[in-house]
Amino acid sequence: MKRVMHRFATPAQFLRLSAAILPWSAGLTVVLFAVGLYLALIGSPPDYQQGESVRIMYVHVPAAWMAVFVYAVMAAASAVALIWRHPLAYVAARASAPIGACFTFIALATGSLWGKPMWGAWWVWDARLTSVLILFFLYLGYIALMNAFEDQTRGERAAAILALAGAVNLPIIHWSVEWWNTLHQPASMARLGGPTIHGSLLAPLMVMALAFGAYFVTVLLLRIRSELVARKVRAIRLVRVQAAEEARLTRQARHAEA
Amino acid sequence: MDSLMVFLGMGGYAAYVWPALAVAAVVMIALLAQTLRSLRAREATLAALKEEPRGGGPAAEDA
Repeated sequence: MKRVMHRFATPAQFLRLSAAILPWSAGLTVVLFAVGLYLALIGSPPDYQQGESVRIMYVHVPAAWMAVFVYAVMAAASAVALIWRHPLAYVAARASAPIGACFTFIALATGSLWGKPMWGAWWVWDARLTSVLILFFLYLGYIALMNAFEDQTRGERAAAILALAGAVNLPIIHWSVEWWNTLHQPASMARLGGPTIHGSLLAPLMVMALAFGAYFVTVLLLRIRSELVARKVRAIRLVRVQAAEEARLTRQARHAEA
Repeated sequence: MDSLMVFLGMGGYAAYVWPALAVAAVVMIALLAQTLRSLRAREATLAALKEEPRGGGPAAEDA
């Protein structure tokens, strides 16, 4: 497994694959957002209870789904990195964190803007909201821990362990609306017996969710690429510093001999 | 013109719907812009390092 992974997931192969995917994922992001926003704002009816405020859902729900999904990706990449020491896995986990943090922020901010007119409060310490706030802090903690060490590998390993421990929060987020009495409404998609959401609201929601997914793939590939370049720069500099140091020592030794 | 005002009014929820969309758009565009800027700066640093084998190159790595 390790050998196969190391042979087939090298940075060079990643760069080739990402160059092939990027134009498609970027184009798809633009098209899906254009269609999704049209359906969400113009092509769908207002909700019979929530009126036009339901349009916040088309941004809020995909952002919340992605906040959880990106964390799962980050935790999985961290596990691969810790178990098989695959360098590309650390790069993928590091590249995911800021994207996940942004999605979580959007979910919290839009949820607040939806909560005010519907519940009468910008924020309540409800199980769902609190567990998503913890998710946001997990992302920030991961980023801070990763950059807290002089030695990059140590920071990455420590952050990977935090990412894995924090994964406990994911099922809590998912079932928080059932385990506790919450103000937040229960899931209307991922439930036994099929979705309880009406078709006219479901189509724009799915298109927007796909748009968020395509955006994630695009930005993730760009950030992995950027991190690989940064690592190459660091490696070249290290080699040069070492070469300069060696040359200095040789000069000194020669000087002492003379 | 009237239908535009109705659309912008969002059934009385304009003060919540438009800021929600704006927050999402600003955050996602800013993240994309930061990603692209950093990628270009790092690629420029790498190119400079490769060009002059003994030079240090600009220290724009973490832009």
